[in-house]
Amino acid sequence: MSTKAIKEMTFKEIKKIVETKTVGIAGAGGLGSNCAVALARTGIGKIIVADFDTISESNLNRQYYYFEQIGQNKAFTLSDNIYFIDPDIKIEVHPIKLGPDDIVRIYKDCDVIIEAFDRADMKQMIIETVQTELPHIPLIVGSGMAGWGDSNSIKLRQIDNLYICGDEKTEIAEDTPSLAPRVGMVANMQANVALEILLKS
Amino acid sequence: MEITLNNRPEIVDKNVLSIQELIELKNFTFKLLVTKLNGTLVKKDQRKSVTIKDGDKVDVIHLISGG
Repeated sequence: MSTKAIKEMTFKEIKKIVETKTVGIAGAGGLGSNCAVALARTGIGKIIVADFDTISESNLNRQYYYFEQIGQNKAFTLSDNIYFIDPDIKIEVHPIKLGPDDIVRIYKDCDVIIEAFDRADMKQMIIETVQTELPHIPLIVGSGMAGWGDSNSIKLRQIDNLYICGDEKTEIAEDTPSLAPRVGMVANMQANVALEILLKS
Repeated sequence: MEITLNNRPEIVDKNVLSIQELIELKNFTFKLLVTKLNGTLVKKDQRKSVTIKDGDKVDVIHLISGG
């Protein structure tokens, strides 16, 4: 994808376009919370976020939450944290565990959907659901980001309107944990791809 | 026949091949995969019946836990 047009836009011009757009984020963990914050700082008009989970202390090594927020629902808390950054951004919160029917119902009017789950089976489920039921909506997936270092392994692969961000190989394990730097790289890459799509549409 | 697999040209020594056979031939052992043929999603239960022709574009995506 060419980035020439983007480089030629002022932030004011970028905001004028993205403030009319809606981004759906499925999951508010390491990928979802960091991606949402990057999009919020860019001035996205509306973010729709869903997550059933609550914040635990072990999440704070990579997720955009604070110690005093432990125990709270991630989707509602992300909504609070985005409000502190920009109170004008509209946020729709769904504190539920997403299944195929929910994904279609909640995200059907989005301009772009971000996959931000941690489990591989959930990643497969959302790809199959969106590509079958909502094939016109671009879907940006994160796959392979555990561990540290090896920055150049994180890349973007585009297959029509399916975008894969990550190294597509490093699985989370005891000695390759999910850590803020690489999870943040993938989350911000997802936000960057979303921005590129939105500015071109 | 010659196909494009994950954006790279690939010569397969067969005339008829299902998506499932290609996965086995290439030794893609990951449990969780998403497969696409010429941009269209091929679900897991369709992989044995959907066949690949000369010139087709096949994408196999590995889904990895973490996020």
